[in-house]
Amino acid sequence: MATGIKDKVAILGMGCSKFGERWDMGAEELMVEAYLEAMQDAGVETNQVQAAWLSTHIDEQSVGKGGTPLSVALRLPNIPVTRVENFCASGSEAFRGAVYAVAAGAVDIALALGVEKLKDTGYGGLPTGQPGTLLPQWGANGSAPGNFAQLASAYRAKHGVSKQDLKRAIAHVSVKSHDNGAKNQKAHLQKPITEEMALNAPMIAEPLGLFDCCGVSDGAACAIVTTPEIARAMGKKDIITVKAMQLSLSNGLESSHNSWDGSYFHTARIAAKKAYEEAGIRKPREEVSMIEVHDCFSITELVTMEDLFISDEGRAVHDVMDGFYDASGKVPCQIDGGLKCFGHPIGASGLRMLYEMYLQLQGRAGARQLKSPKIGLTHNLGGAPSMNVCSVAIIGAQ
Amino acid sequence: MAQQTIGISSFGAYIPRLRLQRKAMAAANAWFNPSIAGLGKGERSMANWDEDAVTMAVEAARDALPDSRDPLASRGKIGALYFASTTMPFADRQNAGIVSAALSLPEGIHTADIAGSQRAGLTALIAALEKVAAGSAAQVLVAAADRRATRAGATQEFQFGDGGAAFVVSGADVAARYVGSHSTSVDFIDHFRGEGEAFDYNWEERWIRDEGYARIVPQTVRGLLEKTGVKAADVDHFILPCLFAKLDQQLAQKCGIDPARVRDNLAASVGECGTAHALIMLAHALEEAKPGQRVLVAAFGQGCDALLFEVGTGIAAAQPRRGVRGSLARRKEETNYMKWLAFNGLVEMEKGMRAEKDNKTALTVTYRKRDMLFGLVGGKCEKCGTAQFPRTRICVNPNCKAVDQQKPFSFAELEGKVLSWSADYLTYSQDPPQHYGMVTFEEGGRFLADFTDVDVGSVDSGSRMRMVFRVKDFDDRRGFRRYFWKAAPV
Repeated sequence: MATGIKDKVAILGMGCSKFGERWDMGAEELMVEAYLEAMQDAGVETNQVQAAWLSTHIDEQSVGKGGTPLSVALRLPNIPVTRVENFCASGSEAFRGAVYAVAAGAVDIALALGVEKLKDTGYGGLPTGQPGTLLPQWGANGSAPGNFAQLASAYRAKHGVSKQDLKRAIAHVSVKSHDNGAKNQKAHLQKPITEEMALNAPMIAEPLGLFDCCGVSDGAACAIVTTPEIARAMGKKDIITVKAMQLSLSNGLESSHNSWDGSYFHTARIAAKKAYEEAGIRKPREEVSMIEVHDCFSITELVTMEDLFISDEGRAVHDVMDGFYDASGKVPCQIDGGLKCFGHPIGASGLRMLYEMYLQLQGRAGARQLKSPKIGLTHNLGGAPSMNVCSVAIIGAQ
Repeated sequence: MAQQTIGISSFGAYIPRLRLQRKAMAAANAWFNPSIAGLGKGERSMANWDEDAVTMAVEAARDALPDSRDPLASRGKIGALYFASTTMPFADRQNAGIVSAALSLPEGIHTADIAGSQRAGLTALIAALEKVAAGSAAQVLVAAADRRATRAGATQEFQFGDGGAAFVVSGADVAARYVGSHSTSVDFIDHFRGEGEAFDYNWEERWIRDEGYARIVPQTVRGLLEKTGVKAADVDHFILPCLFAKLDQQLAQKCGIDPARVRDNLAASVGECGTAHALIMLAHALEEAKPGQRVLVAAFGQGCDALLFEVGTGIAAAQPRRGVRGSLARRKEETNYMKWLAFNGLVEMEKGMRAEKDNKTALTVTYRKRDMLFGLVGGKCEKCGTAQFPRTRICVNPNCKAVDQQKPFSFAELEGKVLSWSADYLTYSQDPPQHYGMVTFEEGGRFLADFTDVDVGSVDSGSRMRMVFRVKDFDDRRGFRRYFWKAAPV
């Protein structure tokens, strides 16, 4: 009988590159930047790493396929390296691979590294990929903002929220993240914005304006994991362990069956429920100290507050406007700036979220340090509202 | 003529929604050619960027075919489909086959493209009537459509229109009886378009008028009247597509037909729609004709085809849902001549890097999924009754998940409703912003669909949508185009 992942694996060290338009570096160098910080933090040598997972989404834009790019960049000692890809949730998948390997007892120390080099495309925004041979023949001609914008119209219709009220609430989501990002020197976007700027920005995909969309960035993030016992034996204090690691995938219900109303993430609710159960959390609104969610777009963050059962259904607009998720609020959200301002190098994002939670739990978050957080949750999503993968991870002091 | 009664049992038409204002066309071009300022009156129909002869033929045919929510079950009597056009999207790939697949006609039918002359629409109609008369098909569907290309600022750019019409020819339930036809074949080269050429080459108008129309049309019409034994005075509606003002009336008079009986050629409101135009005018006439009236339709083009019909009492029941009348009413004025140029490839727009994606189509997939891609056919689970798109081996209903229980189920004629939507300015679109959203069907089933014929601010959750067959993508590198269904406001 499976007993779950809770407290079986500890984070030994983490690293994260500066995110942004890294014209000076390719994916290979970014990987090394995140890796060196993580290794120093962990206090281990390369030859102690026994297995590694690499996450990168758009291989044709960054390092190509396979695990070799990581093995070569880090000069790993011919250990197993597996490349994982699960849309924008790829980073959480690399972490899951490393965590499972340690939990299984197959290795003592495993490494997860996510990277994406997006600023070699020649244009802004995410590049468009080839989604196989059938989908291009019938799937809607859309972009990521247009797909996520679908949430807004369905949410308004379901909850009777006016266009103006929803637009103002999602503007507040972005204003809050910019405030947080301004305190993060590794963030891509470090300038605060006003609500007026968000409301009046050029339209990208109705109703999402420029400031409702996250940054498209280069970057890498890395985690080194081991067992709590080994971490202790290495002299580590304030050990942070994995409390839950859940992933839920769409099976076509949202896109083909009329039981889904388009206003929420079916997968996120399933992953969140399972994660709380695995971590032993009964009242998330009370027990979770802080969250890093997949705010690819402001509307995604807003509906996710309900999908994580922190805001009641239909109440996210009010909680957002009340400042519940601000840095000074009850459950600070995107305290590092989130995808919105820290940036979104796709394959790295899930690990970047964990990086911030890890720093906060260890009291090392500098200017943005929250007062003694106990439990951090990351929500890492990939795909589109009607078809996606959703990871929910929870970490905390042991 | 066979003794049995054969003729038109139903008919339909399609004219694209956009109407380019000729005043705007003249204003943009008069600097170069001051003489065209006089053409700046009225409007012409303008196909959307995703419409071509095939898609317009499909729309006209849907209008002509009897109302049915289940095309898979109701269109089995059609034994042949003739598609007429001189602007078919494929030079070697049967275009009628695309129209047939989009209509979910049975695969065991005879299909043919009929092209090469402006009278091809009537040529197809004659072939269909003769096929039914010969007893080799119970019903034949004829569809004609054209989207004619001209250079910017050409006189023809003002004169032409885009559109289509369709007729179901049958030996039963005849609404307009086929009295007879007569043809002449004369290699009179008023214009031509050589292999591989984009545009027509036109000879002098006065010669075309005097030596072409004025000689060949009366000769053919007289031949028809003689052959059928019908007196010129008994013709109630005379149809002749013709770009020369009043020439149709003069030629009618020359044949002994009262000029007052000459049908409006829609020059002011639509423009001349190529091979489809005679059929559009015929459909328009049948919308207004009374039982007992005779309709003579002729079309010029390297000779002339002429047909005579007698309207029966069944005409009231045969009226199309949209027809020409409905098409004329469904209009949106377009004053942006630049948009016209862009939609017709007459100017090279900066599309941005997002447009660089390769639209190569896996033809094996297209074939394997042909009922899905061309017919919008999904599945309906025999076990739980859930309709779903696309059809899959395992039912999507979480309480069912039955394996291999789905029967083909068409969504093409079902009304959809918008669940969610966005107007996307980021993705590459020929007509930004790109509208798309989740369209749900009351019968079950949904999919994230492109929207078309939609204006900014005109859709919201709950909007009623009709599915339409359109060009999905162009593959300019290989000269291919993909088709699929989109949602348009009802």
